[in-house]
Order: sequence, then structure tokens, then C-alpha cells
Amino acid sequence: MSRIFVHGIGAVSPAGWGVAALRDALKKNQPVPTQALARPGWEKPLLVRTVPPPVSTPPFFAHPRLRRAGPIAQFTVAAALEALGGKIEKIQAGGLRLGIIVCVMVGGVNYSRRFYEEVLREPATASPLLFPETVFNAPASHLAAFLGSNAASCTLVGDDGTFLQGLALGAQWLGDEKLDACVVVGAEETDWIVADALKLFERGSVHGAGAGAVLLGKNSGGAIAELSAVTDSFPFTQTQNRAAAVKKMLAQLPESTPGELFCGEEIQKILGKAFTASAAWQCVAACESLRQNELAAASVGVVGTNQQAIGARFLACAGTD
Amino acid sequence: MLFPGQKKLDSSGANRVVVTGAGIVTALGAGWKKNVDGFRAGKTAFRPVTLFDVSRQRSKIAAEIDLAAEVPATKLSANSLRRLDRAAKMLLLAAHEAWLQSGWQPRENLPVVLGTTGGEMSLGEKYLRQTVQFPFDKKSQPARVRHYQVQRQGIDLCDAFGFSGPVTNISNACASGANAIGHAFEMVRGGHAEKVLTGGYDALCRLTFAGFDSLQALSPAPCRPFDAARDGLTLGEGAAVLTLETFGSAQNRGAEILGEILGYGAATDTHHLTQPHPEGNAALAAMTVACACARISPEEIDYVNAHGTATQQNDATESAAINRWAGERAKNLPVSSTKSSIGHLLGAAGAVEAVVCLMALRGQFLPPQILSDKIDPACRFQIVREPANKKIEIALSNSFGFGGANATLIFRRWP
Repeated sequence: MSRIFVHGIGAVSPAGWGVAALRDALKKNQPVPTQALARPGWEKPLLVRTVPPPVSTPPFFAHPRLRRAGPIAQFTVAAALEALGGKIEKIQAGGLRLGIIVCVMVGGVNYSRRFYEEVLREPATASPLLFPETVFNAPASHLAAFLGSNAASCTLVGDDGTFLQGLALGAQWLGDEKLDACVVVGAEETDWIVADALKLFERGSVHGAGAGAVLLGKNSGGAIAELSAVTDSFPFTQTQNRAAAVKKMLAQLPESTPGELFCGEEIQKILGKAFTASAAWQCVAACESLRQNELAAASVGVVGTNQQAIGARFLACAGTD
Repeated sequence: MLFPGQKKLDSSGANRVVVTGAGIVTALGAGWKKNVDGFRAGKTAFRPVTLFDVSRQRSKIAAEIDLAAEVPATKLSANSLRRLDRAAKMLLLAAHEAWLQSGWQPRENLPVVLGTTGGEMSLGEKYLRQTVQFPFDKKSQPARVRHYQVQRQGIDLCDAFGFSGPVTNISNACASGANAIGHAFEMVRGGHAEKVLTGGYDALCRLTFAGFDSLQALSPAPCRPFDAARDGLTLGEGAAVLTLETFGSAQNRGAEILGEILGYGAATDTHHLTQPHPEGNAALAAMTVACACARISPEEIDYVNAHGTATQQNDATESAAINRWAGERAKNLPVSSTKSSIGHLLGAAGAVEAVVCLMALRGQFLPPQILSDKIDPACRFQIVREPANKKIEIALSNSFGFGGANATLIFRRWP
């Protein structure tokens, strides 16, 4: 089995655009401010943690594919481009086969809700501009188009833990020699319909949005961490409840020293509950700690919203050249 | 562990991947028998839509399924059974048929890979309607949220058959089903799993129907793939599930083998979110990669089950791609789109059409598309327009989707 390395990370979160903003927010360990989001029929708004506007407009916003795209596509592309760093031109020139895996739970809900509301009002005039953006794989498609990448692209749908399934799939593709590199993104956007639904299950949770990205490759040169393991995915079923699934997941992870385990609960308290993006932020934060030499190893435990418990282990890789 | 796993490969370095169970539900009926009879005869299953109001849409027909109220007895709890909606029932029906046929027993760590575009979208629609119209009425809303989500239907399969394992949901638009089978194939072939339960499903829903209508992609009449006067697609619904395993595993169990998957290819078309590259570059790439994976040439393909949606752009692009890929072989290469019988099943299409290929290989027939009147002269290949028996060893199936998802699967008859 090939060794797999992390060559880049990227993040867009309620703390701002970039890994640095994510890192600062987590270091401060204070919940980022919430915003009010109107909910039809209710006087009291919902509270969510949205992504603030970027300090300066990223150039990719002007790309024909992204001008009309929803926030989830913008977050996906921004996080992926940050993770890709200096490799973008090489990909665009066809010199690097890049796999794209985008993981979502809710997906492009802004456009889906708007389109369906138009259908309810008058189906004959519902916007053909909105509908294509409702498909789950629209963000992955926009990213591939921006990069001019014709290699494998896949959109995985599931709960928070799906991002870690995406890492395992990327590792499989690389191990099978299908690609030179693979960027895995977890992305979500806020919408009142999701925040409203979340209240049915977790009254104290605040819906968040953003994306996290991890760039995987097989070479150790220039890597910031090594992906050493992704545990099995332990689904929540009739015969395996959440607690049993979590126990099995933790049993597959090495025992962690204090500070080594990046849990979703802590990150969600600060940034909001953003499903696959939250899991991606966990992994980004873990890799960033390794890059900063704060840790020698880091584990990520994801207890998903309603599907699975799954974990991952990253190692510092200084001197692995 | 999902990574690093322990690869279990045969001496050739790649496992042979065989199909030991197949289940199918379409508007032609539930189960292999009704469907094989229908596809062999080129029956069509279109009718006026009854599931939701289409009075204000350009098209008013679809290949809607008469879904039985009862689903087969499984290990699903009464409460879970009560919650199943249309898509989940179709998936369960197809999975039940495949599971029984395979003879598989419940086990731990059996991966599930499914393709869908919408999961149980109709529940999501109900949730939104109630939330907007009656904001304070939360009755039934938590269950709708839980069961609308794509991951729920895969978990339902784990519960129904008493197994456990990673559930992977691929949503690459209308290539989802083919991508799911392709990913499952790669897992078995590459030694990452000995067995995988895989397939695709999608039910008709108002959002999707109105969406394709808004794009003026729906035909008011039953679709006519590759016809010179084609004017759009017709939607359908359904599910298909396959049990894939290594040849060694099937052989050890003495299982009946329905066919072999030889190859899989996928490529991304970056031309436009909904429009394929006019010359079909990504479709060509997917077919070429699948052939390379299968170690065969286009001359060895006996039948192509085309994506063939009957939209102007898809069929023109696919024709161009098949012409380029097949070269001289094209002039006597049998091609048909079974969407002419059951419509476009979106995330289920690739999986259902995989089962159609297995049916053709086992039954040694070419599935016809009988509604085509005058074939588009751009097709240099032979469109199958009449029921015909034919010796077929290898069949290829194309699936393409929004976002530029292109996938090709290649199947071989099992002697």
C-alpha cells in the first residue's frame, strides 16, 4: 500500500477566507459571532454562522462558470485553490493529473430552495439558470472547469464523516496510480431551511458554512503531513447504535495524547455546525498543527450527524524526503 | 481500515469482478423477468404523470412506476418500514432481488456504493412546503428530514439485510449509477474489497421534473433517442442493484455468475455545466479508458447501450464520440438507448442500464428502441430498431451527466 501525504490545505469558514483565519479562531477558542437569518413566518430570526465577505474579491469569482454559482461553489473553489497553492498553473497546463472529490451533506441548498419555491409559485416560469446549480456535483464541476481538469471527479453525499471517506477514496485513487494528486473538499452553505431543520434535532447547534480542503499526493517532498490512516466507517444502524459505532472507531485510532485528538464538537462550538465542512476543518486544523510543528501526530474523530463514526490519523512528516 | 487497507489480489495483480445478483425496478415492472421481457420486445412504459401536478409543464408524461404498497419482508423494523418513501422502496425492492439471487449472508464490513441524484427528494419537497405554508406545524417534519437525506437509503439497506459496512453515496448527476458501479468494480478489482453491494436509484419528483422542463429538455411525447426529429428526453424512475464479488469468492461459494465486469472508465467534461463538448471528448475518453481497463478494442464490442437521452445535444455528442471511438467498427456496431422504453432514470440510469446489458448478454438479444422513425444521419452506427436475437459476448454502457460526469462500463457474458 502506497504512503499518502498531505501537500496542501485550504479553508473558508465563518472565521474568514483562508487557513490562517481558521487557525486564529481556533486558537482564540471563542465562538465567532452569529448572524440573524430571517425565517418565513417567524418574527424571531434564526442564528447562523455565515462566511464573511472576502477582504478582496478573489479573481476566480470572475470566471464565467463562477459568476452565477452559489456560495457552496465559491467556498469549494477557494478552499481547493488555497490547498493547491503553486500547483494550479501546472494543472491548468495539463502537467498534473488532479482528482477532485467534493463531499457534501446538504449541497447547493440555496438554489434548490429558490428553484422549488419558483416551481410552487409558477412551474412554467421556474428559472433554468437556477436548476443546474441544484445538482450535488455542480461545485466539483465548476472547480474542474476552472482548473481545466478532465481527470476523475466525484461528488460524495453523506453526513460529516463523508469527508473522511473522501480522503480514503483519494488515497485509493492515488494508490491505484490513477492520478498524480487529489484534492478532497468538504463544503456546505447556510440557508434558513437547513437551520430550521437543524433546530428539530439539536436546539443548541448553530448552522455554519464554508469549506475545507486537503491536497493528497504520493511524494513526501514538500509535504506538510502524512495521512497514516482512515478508520473503517461505522454506520449507525438498527444493530449498531451511535455509541457502539464511536467506540469501534476510537478503537481503530491510536491512543491520543492531550491535544492530539481534534473533535468535531469543539470546532462546531466555535465555527458552527457545517457537516462535511466541519469535518474538513478538523482535518485542516490537525494538519496545520503538524505543519507548525506543534504536534508529532494528530487524530481526527468524526461522529457524523446521522450516518457514521469515522476517524483519521495524520503524522508530521519533517525529514521524510 | 479504509486506509491503508490490505489489498487481496489474485496472481494476475487484478481480481476478476463478477456479478452474482441483480435486481431491477422500472416502469416495465419489478424484477428481472418483467424487465427482460419488456426490453427484449422494446416495450414502452410512458404514461401521464400522476404523482404531482404537471398541468403547467411542457411535458406531461413520464415512465412512472406502479409501486406496490407492500415491500418484501426484511429485517427492517416496522417503524422504519413505515417511513420508507418511493425511492427507498424501489431501492429496497431491487436490493432484495439482488441479495436473494446472490445468496449472500449478513456480515460485517460489506461496502455499499450507491448512486442517486436526489435521494428521497419528494420528502424534502414536503418538508419545504409545510415549513413555508405552516411554519409552526412541525408534525412529521423530523422524519422527513431524516429520510429525505441520501445517506438514509443506504443505511436502510444495512438494516434490511442485517449487514454493516461503509455506505458511499455518489452523486455525479445522471452518471451516478454508472460511477457507483464503476467505483465498486474498482474496489473489488483492486483488492480493496471482496464483495460490494452497488447500484443506483431515483424516483420522480416535482423539482427535477420542473427543472428539466425549465431547460426545455423534456419532450411532450415519448422520447426518440438518435432520431433526426428528436425533441427531448422523457423522465422515468427506478432502481437497480448488483452484487459484485471476486471471481474467486463466487467460485468458492458455487454461486451462479450473471456476467463479468471487464472495464470502467470515467472522465470529466469541463465544457459547460449542462452542455457536453460538441465533439464528445470526455465521452470518448471514458470509452477509451474503459476499453483499456478491459484490455479490449472497439472491434470486440458487440452491443452499445447508449446514454441516448434524446436531447439534441446529448445524442449529437454521443454519436460523435461513438463514431470517433469505434472508427470502422461503427458501421455495423449495434447501438440502442433503452431510455426509449423506460425514460431517463437519472441517478438510476447507469445501474438499470448495466442490468439491461447483463440481460442482453444472458439472453443473447439486442434491446430495440422501436419509437425511432428516421435515424439521425450523424449516427454512423446501427441503431437497433427491431427485436433481434444476436450472439453477444461483450456489451458497453455509457452514462453522462450534468457537470460533465462521463462514465463507461463494459460487461462480458458469462459462459
